[in-house]
Amino acid sequence: MRKWQCAVCGFIYDEAEGLPEEGIAPGTRWEDIPDDWTCPDCGASKDDFEMVPTD
Amino acid sequence: MQPIVVIGTGLAGYGVAREFRKHDRHTPLILITRDDGASYYKPDLSEALTKGNAPEDLVKKPAARMAEELDIEVRADSEVSDIDTGARTVTVNGEALAYTKLVLANGASQLSVPLGGDAVADVHHVNSLADYRVFRRDLNGARRVLIIGAGLIGCEFANDLANAGIAVDSVDPVDWPLQRLLPEEAGRALQSALAEQGVQWHLGDTVSSVERDGDGFRVSLSGGGEVSVDLVLSAVGLRPNTALAEAAGLRTATGVSVDRHLRSSDPQVYALGDVAEVEGQFLPFVMPLMNAARALGRTLAGEDTPVRYPVMPVTVKTPACPVIVYPPRGAAGQWQVAGEAPSLEARYVDAAGNLIGYALTGEATGKRGQYMREAPPVLG
Ligand SMILES: Cc1cc2nc3c(=O)[nH]c(=O)nc-3n(C[C@H](O)[C@H](O)[C@H](O)COP(=O)(O)OP(=O)(O)OC[C@H]3O[C@@H](n4cnc5c(N)ncnc54)[C@H](O)[C@@H]3O)c2cc1C
Ligand SMILES: [Zn+2]
Repeated sequence: MRKWQCAVCGFIYDEAEGLPEEGIAPGTRWEDIPDDWTCPDCGASKDDFEMVPTD
Repeated sequence: MQPIVVIGTGLAGYGVAREFRKHDRHTPLILITRDDGASYYKPDLSEALTKGNAPEDLVKKPAARMAEELDIEVRADSEVSDIDTGARTVTVNGEALAYTKLVLANGASQLSVPLGGDAVADVHHVNSLADYRVFRRDLNGARRVLIIGAGLIGCEFANDLANAGIAVDSVDPVDWPLQRLLPEEAGRALQSALAEQGVQWHLGDTVSSVERDGDGFRVSLSGGGEVSVDLVLSAVGLRPNTALAEAAGLRTATGVSVDRHLRSSDPQVYALGDVAEVEGQFLPFVMPLMNAARALGRTLAGEDTPVRYPVMPVTVKTPACPVIVYPPRGAAGQWQVAGEAPSLEARYVDAAGNLIGYALTGEATGKRGQYMREAPPVLG
């Protein structure tokens, strides 16, 4: 499972946790989130997220 | 090829640059700013103490890096003093620069209330990272701070300072914090939660003067009180920077008036962010400007796209009592409040019983998603 971070505000989408609040189930892979989805904190586009390197 | 010129490198300026480049990779784009052009997320300013961040930690990327990544030119430390819509030029540091299209993303300024006393110039205002650096420099070692204004930004700073162990006095003529956004019960919930963190409220009162007093300040209140503090911060509201647009003959109201295509009264000039008023709505928040940037990026690239505003609640970053509010926009209706403080659900309903605004406090903020689905969009 990976994490993706919003380049504008720093919000992190964690695939393991999903976003149940928005109807995105835990385990939802990044590529399965619709392209018109936007950052819940700032409204930035999905393509403005960057993958967080795993350590 | 002549460039598209953007005035401002805040979230609006960089936002539109980012979106434009997704659709047009060749047209030259020049962003002009009177600050250093570093990109930062402005809402971080009122959470930095709680999160243990120094001002430098808030810089996402310096101007040079933004320029490289977006393939744009960023002119930092450059002031635009004039717009000539006839010649299609702006004056930057005294020199004319031609544009094909111009985007006003030059933000707003903090208002000041008229104050007496010999220390008015020492009162802080924070509306940029540069302001914040000065604030943090002067805050160093402060034990007590007085904040003028119990609106969104005043309350957020009150909570942030309290979290850092600093005593806070908050002064505002209103009856409860965030009075313009929240029904009384919700405002009171926030008021008590912040009082528990040590915020001392002076509501229904105003500051009459700020005097120097040793290393600190003596603040006199109209109600007769007097408070000795190390620093005074004013957060009483914003006024869009419309002077450039007005001098250029563009239509302005509260902000620069633009239509749903973010187009001003001059078809070559656009505006978004804190300087703009879109279809009569002045919404100085991040979500609206991001939606505007997405639409304008396409429009500037030749694909006329109106902005759509979804449901855009505002999150008040007061961890003592989190608040999410979706203010009703002038429509007639009434608040219906349920729950027990600090966890409240306030519904603003019209005569037919439809939800047209809401406020959630405390644990009820967890119902954010449910309310987003039920409420109508700002501009559908
Ligand atoms: C402390 C704080 C907390 C906030 N928290 C939230 C929050 O939680 N959620 C939310 O939605 N909103 C929040 N906001 C509001 C939000 O940050 C703003 O709506 C947004 O950042 C505005 O961006 P902007 O690009 O329009 O303006 P600005 O960031 O003000 O940018 C204006 C730009 O224009 C440039 N400029 C201005 N005049 C000239 C000139 N004459 N020549 C050259 N350059 C010029 C400036 O240098 C700057 O680059 C907060 C605001 C503050 C102050
Ligand atoms: Zn974001």
